[in-house]
Amino acid sequence: MIELEINGIALNVEPGTSILDAAKMVGVNIPKLCYHSDLEPWAACGICVVKVEGSPKMLRACATNAAPGMKVITHDPEIVTVRRTVLELILSTHPNDCVRCPRNRNCELQTLAEEFGIREIPYDIRIRDIPADTSTTSIVLNPKACIACGRCIKVCQDMQGVWALEFLGRGENTRMAPAADATLEESPCIKCGQCSAHCPVGAIYEKDQTLDVWGALQEDDKHCVVQIAPAVRVAIGEAFGMEPGELMTGQLYAALRRLGFDAVFDTNFSADLTILEEGTEFVKRFTGNGVLPQITSCCPAWTDYMEKYATDFIPNFSSAKSPQQMLGAVAKTYYAEQSEVKPENMYVVSVMPCTAKKFEVSRCETMDSSGFQDVDIAITTRELARMIKQAGIDFKGLPAEEADSLLGVYSGAGTIFGVTGGVMEAALRSAYYLITKEDLEDVNFMDVRGLEGVKAAEVDIKGTKVRVAVAHQMGNVEALLDQIRDAREKGLETPYHFIEVMACRGGCIGGGGQPHGATDEIRMKRTAGIYSDDEKSVTRCSHHNPMITKIYEDFLGEPLSHKAHELLHTDYKERKVYKK
Amino acid sequence: MKFSHEDLNLHRDTLRAGKTVTQVLVGMGTCGIAAGAKTAFQSLKKSISENALQVEVELKQTGCLGLCFSEPTVEVKSVNGTSTVYGNVDTAFAERIVKEHLSTGIALSEHVYETPAADLFDPEAEPLKQKRIVLRNCGFMDPEKIDEYIAREGYAALSKAIATMTGDDIIEELKTSGLRGRGGAGFPCWQKWGFSKDTDSDQKYIVCNADEGDPGAYMDRSVLEGDPHTVLEAMALAGYTIGANQGYIYIRAEYPLAIERLNMAIEQAKERGLLGQNILGSAFSFEIELRLGAGAFVCGEETALLASIEGKRGMPIPRPPFPSVKGLWGKPTVINNVETSANIPMIILKGGAWYAEIGTASSKGTKVFAVTGKIKNSGLIEVPMGSTLREIIYDICGGIEGGKRFKAAQTGGPSGGCITAGFLDVPIDYESLQSIGSMMGSGGMIVMDEDDCMVDVTKFYLEFTVDESCGKCAPCRVGGRTCYDILDRITKGLGEPDDIQKLTDIGHAMRKASLCGLGQTAPNPVMSTIKYFEEEYHAHIHDKKCPTGKCKSMVTYTINDLCIGCRLCARACPVDCIAGEAKELHLIDQSQCIKCGLCFDNCKFEAIDRT
Repeated sequence: MIELEINGIALNVEPGTSILDAAKMVGVNIPKLCYHSDLEPWAACGICVVKVEGSPKMLRACATNAAPGMKVITHDPEIVTVRRTVLELILSTHPNDCVRCPRNRNCELQTLAEEFGIREIPYDIRIRDIPADTSTTSIVLNPKACIACGRCIKVCQDMQGVWALEFLGRGENTRMAPAADATLEESPCIKCGQCSAHCPVGAIYEKDQTLDVWGALQEDDKHCVVQIAPAVRVAIGEAFGMEPGELMTGQLYAALRRLGFDAVFDTNFSADLTILEEGTEFVKRFTGNGVLPQITSCCPAWTDYMEKYATDFIPNFSSAKSPQQMLGAVAKTYYAEQSEVKPENMYVVSVMPCTAKKFEVSRCETMDSSGFQDVDIAITTRELARMIKQAGIDFKGLPAEEADSLLGVYSGAGTIFGVTGGVMEAALRSAYYLITKEDLEDVNFMDVRGLEGVKAAEVDIKGTKVRVAVAHQMGNVEALLDQIRDAREKGLETPYHFIEVMACRGGCIGGGGQPHGATDEIRMKRTAGIYSDDEKSVTRCSHHNPMITKIYEDFLGEPLSHKAHELLHTDYKERKVYKK
Repeated sequence: MKFSHEDLNLHRDTLRAGKTVTQVLVGMGTCGIAAGAKTAFQSLKKSISENALQVEVELKQTGCLGLCFSEPTVEVKSVNGTSTVYGNVDTAFAERIVKEHLSTGIALSEHVYETPAADLFDPEAEPLKQKRIVLRNCGFMDPEKIDEYIAREGYAALSKAIATMTGDDIIEELKTSGLRGRGGAGFPCWQKWGFSKDTDSDQKYIVCNADEGDPGAYMDRSVLEGDPHTVLEAMALAGYTIGANQGYIYIRAEYPLAIERLNMAIEQAKERGLLGQNILGSAFSFEIELRLGAGAFVCGEETALLASIEGKRGMPIPRPPFPSVKGLWGKPTVINNVETSANIPMIILKGGAWYAEIGTASSKGTKVFAVTGKIKNSGLIEVPMGSTLREIIYDICGGIEGGKRFKAAQTGGPSGGCITAGFLDVPIDYESLQSIGSMMGSGGMIVMDEDDCMVDVTKFYLEFTVDESCGKCAPCRVGGRTCYDILDRITKGLGEPDDIQKLTDIGHAMRKASLCGLGQTAPNPVMSTIKYFEEEYHAHIHDKKCPTGKCKSMVTYTINDLCIGCRLCARACPVDCIAGEAKELHLIDQSQCIKCGLCFDNCKFEAIDRT
């Protein structure tokens, strides 16, 4: 332990603790702007400066570790003045156009300005005159609002390993954009939206499509169908001042009905469907000398990454579509038949924790398997929260309702798709059954849960060992892929049979379209919310979802049937990393 | 052939024996070559051969002699030890040197570099203002020949260290010497080496920071061009001390001659077994490679430099951890700049105590300055720490050009501050410069006279740092730009009463909250000119006047009754905006005037008013 003094208060901290974290222990929240707990301190903004005895300059609390005998002053009139000047300088490069900003009332810069009582900016305002990049369907990059804190770049490069964003220019012309001035669409961007989730201001944000949804809801002849992804239910409450992880499934169904949707379904249903298809596919590969490992494909950002950076794994990818796309496909076919609605009149909206899902809806031709675009539009959790607010719905106080049958019924396995390890756990629950025709006594696979970057486990299916691995946060995947490549090159047996990958830290609960401010603490709470949903589910295995059984009986036949292939499976191709 | 310790000593003795010819040295650093040294060299060569003097005379190139104002320079060293330095040598004069001086042995009286050359080349001359340790070989030997370096004690320190000293001995010697980093901050060299030595690691690195970027500073280039081996030797010494076997020289690509000579030197040293595997037959191996920088000033900052070597964008990261503990690719890395390195072989050879006798209590040894600006003899000088500005400017560099009044000297380049006339007699060392608001920096020294506007000069420096800011941290990125804008307004007559306060506020925040030295020191010119020349700011802001007339927006030229209509001003005017018949009063068209001041300079009748 290291003993130090902060503002005269002695304390002991673990080696490697930053002054910023140490100060929290004695009740001081040092103001900060560029620092984010997900990232190595980049130390750009200069807001968190403190005095350390013996140092002539002020030191950054985020990037300076506690040292034995250190005496830190976190605030005095001089420190506060320096911080204010730096803040005023930053504000002099920012539009300060809060009412028109997507981060209004939820902006870290705005909060700081409020705390420092900034009433005027003494310096001339200079704002980059660069138009916003609206080239992707998922996110918008607005250089005018950028304060060059560097978070998006650290996220894109270090956390995600994508390198779509880079520092361009230097000095006052420094800006965050794809290398060589490509647009985001032309860049390696995988649309995960983690940049937008980490941006402290409104410089990168989801492409808002709520007006399109309102437009569809307004049309009399449109039959509007909505689905909500598993991770949405444990995070949307945050937008209404609730604790992270609060399970709001019933309120969501109710709110969506009040918004005017004709049918309210749940992506958890199609997650169960995915397990039947993908699980069967796995059993087929595993027992029939197919290409292994099988790799999950429900995450569109991961799919996009693979199609650009890891094309040697195309044969390993499960051909099963993601739950979002499966629901769209069965809604415009099976549900259309059942409800006697013409698919051309049906409008399928999905509410996702994810910005890449906006891209997925038109990713390739197989996304139109119903003869129409299966999912018309995907909006994020953040967008739905805004729609609920626009409608004046008292979200917290809503009585819980049920989803519509039958595309709204789900098992616990479906709901855990929202967390890292969840797809794997759900698949294993059913794979066990598919192989042995028996059910597991304990359906919990603790080894694949949690926030560790890569998790590996060996599962004993009645004497047959299945080796699985789970990776989340895109930057963690390469090491795992290299392990497989290595074995492949050496002609060795594959180290894993089944791999789950999710692009965002923590899985979809940490998605790029979720309410802002996610940290590991918040991710853990959302994760706990998901597992509680699983635990209280009547059935915890996809193959026991009665509506899944019904849809196969009524419509699809059996997993991997011809019809299932037409509607529920897709394919992959190599894409250029840079289109430019 | 790869040398052993004994081979090296024998070789040195052989080289030293039998030097009995007259030597003609042509200063062929980039500066000399740009001024025409290659032509002078060829003329000398041709003429020597025409006069059949090849046997009696040895013609050779050497590094920069430091006499920038009189390039190309040629030194004739006669057999009896006398030396004559000729400046501004063109083809015709080169021929005369050969025909008259070399043929007869009698020096010419023209083009001779007068005082203060004496103390440069004649150790007996009094008073001895300069002392050459770093530049000991620059201008004395051919930098492209390792033998010349070996003859001048080259690699003797490395040999001594490997044969007789441990790493701790070397660090102890450096500690005794008191050598501090010459790159700017003045961190004790022995401590850096000590940290790296004491950090356990499978791999350690030595990096030489040759990313010299201050405007007006070129001491590192001169050392690299004039004495490349000394840097290699110092790096090998560092490698031996801390247990590193790989070194990198990070040098800007704008220094092609230095790069060429370094590459040549590395090759030659490897051939002799003075670099590479098993140096001097010992177990110690050390390789050196060059890494070229693209010219960003911030890459002189050590963490940005390391990022650049690693192939990343050159942006600083916070310290600690310091590179000596966690540097290149996360491994302990000693980074020394060129000038620091050039001291090290001499310290090892002559001992730390010898070195510690030179300089002041806290700053030991010498310092090289590149003196430029309004100075009579601009050039590269090396003086003991503790010399005064007066000695440098008046005794060594011949005073202010045109007999004008000294106003201020800027040390430390754009990161430093100005030193005013009141501090001319302050002994210069790290601490004293800091106490008067400037800094040692890398050793650029720009002298300003009464004609220089301090607000304008400050704007010039800010323009540089704004341009060179990497853009990472907000205080530097935005603060520098904002200060520049304010200064720009002031020099255009648009200053506002609270501008000085704003400049001071921003300057303070930049000093305290910028991430690296660039941002922390960028406001120094602002802060120091406000401190010493506040009245000039007031004149600009409140009276809308530039006292020196440098700020063109605030100057008006008018013609008064003393005009006799001589047409001199009208002919001088580059934009033809002066009208008037001969012998009649002339008139300046103010709407066209670009305020260049040529009319004012050309008028012989004091008929032009500058207000």
